[in-house]
Amino acid sequence: MLLILCPYCGPRAEIEFRCGGESHIERPGPYSEVDDGAWADYLFTRKNPKGEHRERWLHAAGCRQWFNVARDTVSHTILAVYPMGKTRPPTEAGT
Amino acid sequence: MSDMAQPNRLPAGGAIEGRVDRNRPLAFTFDGKSYSGYAGDTLASALIAAGVKLIGRSFKYHRPRGIFSAGPEEPNALIELRGGARREPNTRATTIELYDGLEAASQNRWPSLAFDILAINQIASPLFVGGFYYKTFMWPASFWEKVYEPLIRRAAGLGRASESPDPDHYEKAYAFCDVLVVGSGPAGLAAALAAGRSGARVILCEDDAQLGGRLLSERQTIDDAPAHLFAAAAGGELRSLPNVCVMSRTQVFGAYDSEVYGALERVADHVTAPAAGVPRQRFWHIAAKRCVNAMGATERPIVFGGNDRPGVMLASAVRTYLNRFGVLPGRKAVVFTTNDDGWRTAADLVAAGAQVEAVVDPRASVDENLTKAAAAGGVRVLLGGYIVNVTGGARGVTSAIVSVAGKRQILTADLVAVSGGWNPQVALTTHRGGKPRWSDALSTFVPGDLPDGMTVAGAANGDLGLAESLRKGSEAGAAAAAACGFSAAPAPQPRAEDEPTAVAPLWHVAESRHKAFVDLQNDVTADDITLAHAEGFRSIEHLKRYTTLGMATDQGKTSNLNGHAMMAALTGQAMSDVGTILSRPPHQPVAIGAFAGHHRDRHFRPTRHTAGHAWALENGAVMVEAGPWLRPQYFPRSGEKDWLTTVVREVRTVRSVVGVCDVSTLGRIDIQGRDAAAFLDRVYVNTFSTLPVGKARYGVMLREDGFVMDDGTTSRFAEDHYVMSTTTANAAKIMQHLEFCHQALWPELDVSMVSVTEQWSQYAVAGPKARELLMQLYGPDVDLSNDALPYMGCREIPLRGIPTRLFRISFSGELAYELAVPARYGAAVLEALMALCGALGGCPYGTEAQSVMRIEKGHVAGNELNGQTVARDLGLGRMMSTKRDYIGRVMAGRPALMAPDRPTLVGIRPVEKGRRLTAGAHILPGGAAAVAANDQGYVTSVAYSPTCEGWIGLALVVNGPARHGERVHAFDAMRNNDQDVVICSPVFVDPEGVRLRG
Amino acid sequence: MSDVAASKGAEAARRGPFAGLNLDTRASGVTLADAGPCARFLLRGGGAAALAVGMALHLDMPREAYGCATDDAGRAMLWLGPDEWMLVAPEDDAAALTQKLDAALNDLAHALTDISHRNAGLIVRGPQVADAINAGCPLDLDIKAFPVGACTRTLLAKAEIVLWRIEADAFRIETTRSFAPYVVALLQQAARDQD
Repeated sequence: MLLILCPYCGPRAEIEFRCGGESHIERPGPYSEVDDGAWADYLFTRKNPKGEHRERWLHAAGCRQWFNVARDTVSHTILAVYPMGKTRPPTEAGT
Repeated sequence: MSDMAQPNRLPAGGAIEGRVDRNRPLAFTFDGKSYSGYAGDTLASALIAAGVKLIGRSFKYHRPRGIFSAGPEEPNALIELRGGARREPNTRATTIELYDGLEAASQNRWPSLAFDILAINQIASPLFVGGFYYKTFMWPASFWEKVYEPLIRRAAGLGRASESPDPDHYEKAYAFCDVLVVGSGPAGLAAALAAGRSGARVILCEDDAQLGGRLLSERQTIDDAPAHLFAAAAGGELRSLPNVCVMSRTQVFGAYDSEVYGALERVADHVTAPAAGVPRQRFWHIAAKRCVNAMGATERPIVFGGNDRPGVMLASAVRTYLNRFGVLPGRKAVVFTTNDDGWRTAADLVAAGAQVEAVVDPRASVDENLTKAAAAGGVRVLLGGYIVNVTGGARGVTSAIVSVAGKRQILTADLVAVSGGWNPQVALTTHRGGKPRWSDALSTFVPGDLPDGMTVAGAANGDLGLAESLRKGSEAGAAAAAACGFSAAPAPQPRAEDEPTAVAPLWHVAESRHKAFVDLQNDVTADDITLAHAEGFRSIEHLKRYTTLGMATDQGKTSNLNGHAMMAALTGQAMSDVGTILSRPPHQPVAIGAFAGHHRDRHFRPTRHTAGHAWALENGAVMVEAGPWLRPQYFPRSGEKDWLTTVVREVRTVRSVVGVCDVSTLGRIDIQGRDAAAFLDRVYVNTFSTLPVGKARYGVMLREDGFVMDDGTTSRFAEDHYVMSTTTANAAKIMQHLEFCHQALWPELDVSMVSVTEQWSQYAVAGPKARELLMQLYGPDVDLSNDALPYMGCREIPLRGIPTRLFRISFSGELAYELAVPARYGAAVLEALMALCGALGGCPYGTEAQSVMRIEKGHVAGNELNGQTVARDLGLGRMMSTKRDYIGRVMAGRPALMAPDRPTLVGIRPVEKGRRLTAGAHILPGGAAAVAANDQGYVTSVAYSPTCEGWIGLALVVNGPARHGERVHAFDAMRNNDQDVVICSPVFVDPEGVRLRG
Repeated sequence: MSDVAASKGAEAARRGPFAGLNLDTRASGVTLADAGPCARFLLRGGGAAALAVGMALHLDMPREAYGCATDDAGRAMLWLGPDEWMLVAPEDDAAALTQKLDAALNDLAHALTDISHRNAGLIVRGPQVADAINAGCPLDLDIKAFPVGACTRTLLAKAEIVLWRIEADAFRIETTRSFAPYVVALLQQAARDQD
């Protein structure tokens, strides 16, 4: 049981959440003007960084809200949480 | 001594008598023989009291082994605990609390412990050197699996697991606190007291049944009283504090991310069997804001010849057996120590009345006080000396051969107490990636980088002195509480002394020419280390894998450091460069059952029942799992010889009269909002904004990569109100998908979703008399004519005050409705429906008949919506809107997904009339070889169709729609059912749809 | 309705989610009881909708996690998410409530869904109640961390529940109907484990 900080509910057990993978991925559009490369990027290309990774998580067994998590993939430390559609807020630690 | 049954029990009232409860004798058996001990004993101390020295045989060489330690680090005294279904192999005798009726057996011996035929392995020992797995039994290759491995496994295995199901249960639990204190030695108690007195929520976990740690094993004093009294008083105070939870018999085995700790509470391991309803063990997730790690230290042995003989024991363990349990592990002892601490063992042995032949210390000089005290006890002091060999056998140690300045002498002894210094328990500090740091002063690794929220105090941090442990523990506890916002005035420190703890490193007595063991449990010898070095396996990770050093159930608690230091000496590296093996949780073995907890048997997965479940059972339904649900599969009647007979009867009844089927398990999602229509247009391939109120429409949803995700009927009840249905299996997934689309992709839309699957019980009423049945149910005031409720219409109609929804939709192809009623009325309405249905000559039908009828109609279901099909493959391509964007639109247009030669939905019939079809058969052109290159698709669903009076199937076949009438081969080598089939339209019944509009 | 059901009347024709289940825990520290039928609505919407509902019902709408507002009429508004509330009320209040809410919400962006029959309500009570629930629920149930009146959606082992502390030693657990047998069996086992 890891604890994840839900921006609406506070720290809650990991088993209540679902990870939705990398965040800040815009759905391309309008569809008639987007090339295959943009779609391939949207669907298949992921950063997979060592270090800070921005992910979207769903508090599935809680407030049912999707939100963003900035997480260090090495230490598993959660660096920031913030609502969908927002940019990552600065923290003391860095970026 | 006094007691014949317990010859090694120290007499009550002596200078050292131990603290077992002599008023509570306990009977137990070992290898079938009866013994007795006292409450407060461990199995190990009771065996020592009884004079049992030989406990087991070693892993590879079957050497006689005794009791080596007094704690969880025990590598030798592994036994099978209990019998029957509760038999537990590889249990450490040193950690088992004695209980009345305890049954234990030695393991890894045949035919008996005293006479073990496989001890011959000692003579064949060149075969079992390091890396023997990789080189000894390599030829011929086929012999490995068939001969060598089974043989070695029998010869070298340890205990036998029970093959019966575990009769006990295990619980999981979650706990939360400000400060978690791990360990209740002096530092842990001091920390818990400091934190507890401040008002912080404290959990104190102690692996042992009693609080106190080393305080229970030493003759030290705190505040001028015996130290164990301090432990008892501290425990009493802690238990009296409402904010403190003291958990004994609980080992913290892992430190995990975000300051969560795993702990195992042995609730009922100290009794024969758990009382009714009591779990054997409880698996704790503890979320702690701060953790004071006071796990203490483990004494390390020294590697010398014969250091595995029964009677060679850690020096601190000897003190534990004397001071805590009042048993004498030997009458004539030699103490071999590289540090000041070991000398206390000599003093305690003397105080207990044993003879100590000598203290052997390789250091050239030691503190004068030590030598003076030894001399006063009549103990010879051999400075600059080493034990090079210990002789003995199954009956135990007989002598120690000591070398001092090149001269050897033989000392008669039945006990060799060994101390190479102390290794702090760094495990918890490393579970999250922290690396321990080498300390030259202590000749060992001490905690380095600490995980967030953890501090280490006492011996676990290398602070070995009692006074220092108490002080550091108290500081750590107060600091941890303060970090959580709690503070208290500091209490006066208890008075205690810091005993001398100087140490000089010695890992291996190089003079030894006899088998000297590094890893006692895995039988890794000093020679194996040398061999690994000679063969190039020099990094500690290679050393581990090549020799199996540290890979036994004890995970190298007494062996790793010695082995690594010996390798460092061979390679000429400094220990700080060599580093240490990173340990992973669990720190001690944890039963799989504890990890599973209640998630087994009926609790493994919730089984969900519809409101009509009881009715179905009462009416003889055979139930089938449909995802998490149980649904009626068919309703057999007496005289029907098999399920097919029943299903044929059910299909015929529906097609000719009427039938009722419980379809409550289909997912239903209430979608409301001003933008509900726009939202649906973006998640479905077809358009729902044009759907009139009061109508339903079949919809198909894609994944963003263009493949079909789900299908179902969505109905419109108001401009801003739709009810979507999903397949049973995908109900939760689709709900999550819709939430994602709304929140992540189009938050600007005014739409919200609520799962209402369980609000409604829903029944399909299908067949020519479906309307008649429903008219009887609703009564004459409700108009159900084609004009009032046409095909694909939906209405909200009250039924005697109950709000119901009636949908004119059909999965079977018949005139059909689905009736939804609030779930608490579900059972009653089903009963009413069935009474009317029966009177009309209809019957209930289950998932089998439903499946047959949907195959007859060519409707796709899970077998076709298999994640590999696009809408065009299923004949649904024309539904796809060309005017707008929707999820999956662009990717569904990829050339490969548009290719005309993709496998596409068709029907098939056997050429040989009456022959059975099988799903999964591959379609090959007639006469083509059965190779992958000729594969043209596969059969997805088959059924015996009473309507067609023969087997029919659905298949995905390359270029399918253009091939109706073609004869191809259905290849099914798996079930030996090859046959020719004819491709046809997937709609076998009523292709014009006359019936469903009737 | 047919003769069978009509003879019983609509009231008698109902069958609750706990019908046929034995709720006895055979434990001294925890008891289970059926909360019985009641009116339940799920309200989804923004701040304006919440404001309107609060005014219409004279309830101080909870705006934060764990929040719950109750009144003397037995109505309770439970915060489930930033745009989601569950309204629980006596069953005979349903029609009046619907009318009031429909009027208040009128043109505001919202969704009001009747889930009275979807859920099953269970009252779990006793001195060991928090420990028993913690056998499957990963929340800190200390009275300070989760005081009387606190509520949230969470998990009980593999069932999704809404947990609501109604007294220091009593919780109401709301789960979806078909999970009732699972939740009951799990709590019975956990209750016995605490004895």
